[in-house]
Amino acid sequence: MIGTARAILRKDLLIELRTKESVPAMVLFSITVYVLFHFGLDRDSLDGELASGVLWVTMLLAAVIGVTRLFAAEREQGGIDGLLLAPVDRTSLFVAKAAALFVFLTAVELVAVPAFALLLLGPSLGGAFPELLAILALGNLGVAAVGALVAALAAETRARELIVPLLLLPLLVPLLIACAKATEPLMRQDAGPEDLGRWLSVLTLYDVVFVLLSVAVFDFLLED
Amino acid sequence: MAAIELERLERRYGERVALAGVSVRVEEGQTLAVLGGNGAGKTTLLRVLAGLLRPNGGSARVLGAELPGERWKLPAQVGYLGHEPLLYRELSGRENLRYHARLHRLAPARVEQLLGAVGMEERADDPVRDLSKGLIQRLAAARAVLHEPALLLLDEPRANLDPAAVELLEPLIGRASGRTRVLVSHDVEGALAESDLTLGLRDGRPAPVGAELYR
Repeated sequence: MIGTARAILRKDLLIELRTKESVPAMVLFSITVYVLFHFGLDRDSLDGELASGVLWVTMLLAAVIGVTRLFAAEREQGGIDGLLLAPVDRTSLFVAKAAALFVFLTAVELVAVPAFALLLLGPSLGGAFPELLAILALGNLGVAAVGALVAALAAETRARELIVPLLLLPLLVPLLIACAKATEPLMRQDAGPEDLGRWLSVLTLYDVVFVLLSVAVFDFLLED
Repeated sequence: MAAIELERLERRYGERVALAGVSVRVEEGQTLAVLGGNGAGKTTLLRVLAGLLRPNGGSARVLGAELPGERWKLPAQVGYLGHEPLLYRELSGRENLRYHARLHRLAPARVEQLLGAVGMEERADDPVRDLSKGLIQRLAAARAVLHEPALLLLDEPRANLDPAAVELLEPLIGRASGRTRVLVSHDVEGALAESDLTLGLRDGRPAPVGAELYR
């Protein structure tokens, strides 16, 4: 299973490196939204709940782009048939697609989070870097699990641009709450990691539930 | 043992009947030519045999696997060469074949062997998007036989190929391959010449092979 998942992941990353279709679009989208917030709120800097909310809502909206494009190469170049014609179990496919989305999200955050700090954030994140890294990693894992599931559901539908956000965003509401609550204390002037352990536990639970759920139902997706 | 046994096979797309009452038995090593006009159900039949579409009625047994329940047994045994090459345009021919080889758990040496067999060594590292349709068809043929399938499902396999390429691919996908084959072609005479059995289809139903098929 690992070898097959690695082959699919390697192919997806290679195609993204060459086409540059998903990650640059997600990065540009994120930065554009930060600029819009900058002018829309008419504020030079944000902190606390507002900063945390803006960061995570933007990240999740950017994730919609990545999820919509996750099966693009398969859809547009007949690769779904290629996968179904090979002895590929669906768990390998799920692992590969979720891992690809995780990598895309991480790459986006490498640019988008510093851009957020530069354009909008008041307090410095320097001291809270390890905590923020843990929240981002757990958040990305949850988005990747749910995103791969939704992407597979929508892969063969004509209205996927509508279906992806309509299915994905409601499923991500608990994750958004946990990520925003966990990040909020890190973005206050009097920064302190209060309740961080509790929200990280909620995020971990969300990730475990959706990884298991996705593995369980992925077998029934991509059927004719 | 029969490689393919179909009994009153039926497949619908919603209300539309794409295949109905199709019965045929193909022994191992035989070639079945499927003939018919556009929209007759030929490609649908191939996709059902490949396990890509579920039959809605009748029975289908392919290489001992009852469809649709046992279609998970098919990928290792069936090679499919359809209208789409099933190759990623941004990857090179070699990268595409190596990717499929990994999915089938085959050694990279098999890829190099096939690149040589289809005459693609010199262009193997060009992205597929830069190749002509004929060269893409050669790669698609290599992909279809990569895992040495017992059954080949071929939908217009010689489309876009020049005579030299047709000759080159003969040992892989032609009668000389010795595999059981289901061949869809609009070249009626050519298909009849290289087949043991024929199946005519008109509007998804079996029909006598002749000029009537194309009216």
